[in-house]
Amino acid sequence: MTGAGTAAPTTSGTELSIVTDPTVVAPTGQGVIGESVRRPDGTPKVQGRFAFSSDLWAEGMLWGATLRSPHPSARIRSIDLSGAWKIPGVRAVITYDDVPGCKVFGLEHADQPVFAHDVVRFHGEPVAAVAADHPDTARRAIVAIVVDYEILTPVVDPEIAIAEGTAPIHPDGNLFRRMVIRRGDTSIAGDVVVEGTYEVGMQDQAPLGTESGLAVPDDDGGIDLWISTQWLHADQTQVAASLGLPEAKVRLHLAGVGGAFGAREDCSLQIHICLLALGTGRPVKMVYSREESFFGHVHRHPARMWYRHHATRDGRIVKVEGRFVFDGGAYASTSSAVLANATCFSTGPYKVPAVDLLGLAVRTNNLPCGAMRGFGAVQTCFGHEAQMDKLATALGIDPIELRLLNAMQTGDRCITGQVVTGALPVEEVIRSCAEAPMPVLAEPVDSPMMALPGGAGRTADAAGVKRGVGFALGWKNLMFSEGFDDFSTASCHLLDGVATVKSACAEVGQGFVTLAQQITRTVLGVDDVILAPADTLIGSAGSTSASRQTWMSGGAIELACRTVRQKLLSHVGAAFGVAVDDLDIIDRRIVSRHAAAGASGTVVNVSVDDAAPGVAFSAVEEHHHAPTFRLDEFGQGDAHVSFAVAAHRAVVDVDLELGLVRVVEITTSMDVGKVLNPLQLLGQVEGGTAQGIGLAVMEEILLTAGKVRNPSFTDYLIPTALDMPPVNVARLVEVPEPGAPFGAKGAGESPTISSTPAVVAAIRNATGRELPRTPVRPHDIAL
Amino acid sequence: MSASYSLRVNGRDREVSDGWLGESLLWVLRERLDLPGAKNACEQGECGSCSVLIDGSLVCACLVLAASAVDRDIVTVEGIAGAVDGSDAVLSDVQEAFLAEGAVQCGFCTPGLIMAVHDLLDRVPLPTDLEVREAISGNLCRCTGYGRIMEAVWTAVRSRQVGREA
Repeated sequence: MTGAGTAAPTTSGTELSIVTDPTVVAPTGQGVIGESVRRPDGTPKVQGRFAFSSDLWAEGMLWGATLRSPHPSARIRSIDLSGAWKIPGVRAVITYDDVPGCKVFGLEHADQPVFAHDVVRFHGEPVAAVAADHPDTARRAIVAIVVDYEILTPVVDPEIAIAEGTAPIHPDGNLFRRMVIRRGDTSIAGDVVVEGTYEVGMQDQAPLGTESGLAVPDDDGGIDLWISTQWLHADQTQVAASLGLPEAKVRLHLAGVGGAFGAREDCSLQIHICLLALGTGRPVKMVYSREESFFGHVHRHPARMWYRHHATRDGRIVKVEGRFVFDGGAYASTSSAVLANATCFSTGPYKVPAVDLLGLAVRTNNLPCGAMRGFGAVQTCFGHEAQMDKLATALGIDPIELRLLNAMQTGDRCITGQVVTGALPVEEVIRSCAEAPMPVLAEPVDSPMMALPGGAGRTADAAGVKRGVGFALGWKNLMFSEGFDDFSTASCHLLDGVATVKSACAEVGQGFVTLAQQITRTVLGVDDVILAPADTLIGSAGSTSASRQTWMSGGAIELACRTVRQKLLSHVGAAFGVAVDDLDIIDRRIVSRHAAAGASGTVVNVSVDDAAPGVAFSAVEEHHHAPTFRLDEFGQGDAHVSFAVAAHRAVVDVDLELGLVRVVEITTSMDVGKVLNPLQLLGQVEGGTAQGIGLAVMEEILLTAGKVRNPSFTDYLIPTALDMPPVNVARLVEVPEPGAPFGAKGAGESPTISSTPAVVAAIRNATGRELPRTPVRPHDIAL
Repeated sequence: MSASYSLRVNGRDREVSDGWLGESLLWVLRERLDLPGAKNACEQGECGSCSVLIDGSLVCACLVLAASAVDRDIVTVEGIAGAVDGSDAVLSDVQEAFLAEGAVQCGFCTPGLIMAVHDLLDRVPLPTDLEVREAISGNLCRCTGYGRIMEAVWTAVRSRQVGREA
């Protein structure tokens, strides 16, 4: 059960399939690029056999639990662990003093203590951890720890946090990043000027699987960690640093991941369970409760955004001014990159010749914020689309026409000065979505009670329900930006027609495992593709975030397969005495190109399976995207690799008296480069749209003076099947993206960005209210 | 307070030896009986991930005391296609429909939804759109937006119709 390369732990007596049944292919077709190939992990998932990180078990395993601060800001006078140690079955109790290596961790900046030391900076910050024979024993031990806190007044308003005279919450200060973008003639004024201040609440990723993992110490002072994460190698680096071990002794293995959406990009329990396992010499498992999960990961940044748009009388934008304040909470996480994205994409995919923008990411005593699907672009899209509608009203122009008039296209410059060289079909996306025929919808008065706002509550009076329609457009970068050395590694091994590919890419539900097989089949002409387990025994794949894995790890797998293909063809060419260039793989057979062209000569026609009996071909490749560069002091530079655009048109019914909203229908168009798996893409579009709808009408972590009021699925609501309308895909715009494997753009994030502002625009349309804040609450409408 | 008792799960008697009587059915299934198919996403009856059938009724296993389910027929996702522990290669029509329609992403909600859809279609063979949505509204899914899950339900409805007509 220890050491590198061991089998994954299982629940005792039950065989759990972690990865894949390599033989599952759609009944028709060849399982290649472009087909709706089935997920290789689908069968174990529908049977309940798929091993999520919370399902793991090891002989002699202990259970871990975490003590968290009940205060958002306090000084720790003392910690008395004796009560915990007195409970039979308790095997370890650890605090800050027990961290042998680096005492702080963090994805971009190591500023978060592994356990709080001297002070706590947010409600729920870990203070101590326990390992015990039974999880209930561990929980009782946590309660028996006595911490003497001197309660301090939390700083929860980001404006106050950065005001002169406010004491630093952390030695690194209260400002994570100040980001300026200034370009063009900033003294210019428009004929028409519209201004607004907008707010976005704190959203939770709420993946269905809570944080969990299993750490197993080996006999040599090292450790194996099975973990649900988005980025194995980033976790490995942070865990090894805090354990004071070389990275080679800290081996991470991807366990089944129950959704992610950004919540698993930072470390949560990784370091804690490894410390407990090394301290006890026994395997330790930890599974967060739902309540704990709300405290245990970062969230979407709440934002307050001021905008002033200037336009000519005929509707051309001439300047945008803005000030965007993002509340990063107590620790840095990815605040710096989130702010850069938010600011870079803050004006939308519109031609804007002059900008004067200031973005601030600020430290407070609120929950730490970081990555969530859309990563900064979600917040500013809510602002810029509200502004576009306001501008259209001020100008007396149709809002769709205004967007078309200002739409960017390939060759245009971003506000960062970067020229967009790839596909940017903004006009097609706007037109196809806005002009899509409206589906036939029952009028509110003809709808059953369950289909009215309030649903099962049966509260609505149909006569008082008003319908509204709204539209929004959004965009975002794909992959990491600002000069980050972004790459992915993959290997391919081919023997007798069976290909084995390996990548550390975290499958979090998005379907990379399916695409990896499709790519391999497409390049090598094989049927059987085995996916080796994702772990740190191969080089990094980077994070499953930023809509990047299809491009980055898909690209790495394609490269490795192409190298193997070349080796295979060279081998066959030598065997037949023909030039490699004359050989091709068509329909799973290696054939001569010249024969197809009717020329004479030796004709090769052999199946890939039989082409080289017993001969293995292998390759490991790294895939890097085109280099990016840091932004200068005015926010200028070629910081991004690629961009994707999406639009939504939403129809809502609003009960004006009770302030309840039902989203009746939502139509979308999206810029996807090329569709690699239609069914999986649809899953991204529908799922991403649902999270945007959640942010529009129901999802918000509520904090009062830094204390979380709703850390449960009873009080933090996410859309159910009754809240979620059918998603009508008007068009998937396929303009192949240069430099992207198979021309495909990442599709994970763009569906989430424009759905929120489209729904809120529809509510404005129904109510006539300004609604500058999302999520829209009943009292925003009814009071 | 601990006791030993027997539960009838997926047609088989399973011994729980020396189990604390406060343990939930979800805990006992997952940690004592090696049936991890029922999932633990909220453990307060909000998400439906732990749905199982007890005497034919759909319940959240997290809200049921295991010891109170003695002498009842318990069916978990591992047994919904007729097998004891899910190891059988046979899939139920609903499981097959979930695969065919792309209703599975991360898969954490999937076992609970499979149980909820079986429960619905066994009671209501030809449900309306709203009946389906209401029936699965106790099962939270964060990945799919429910579109492919709805399609899977319609596919299962059609396959049962064909089965009845044949």
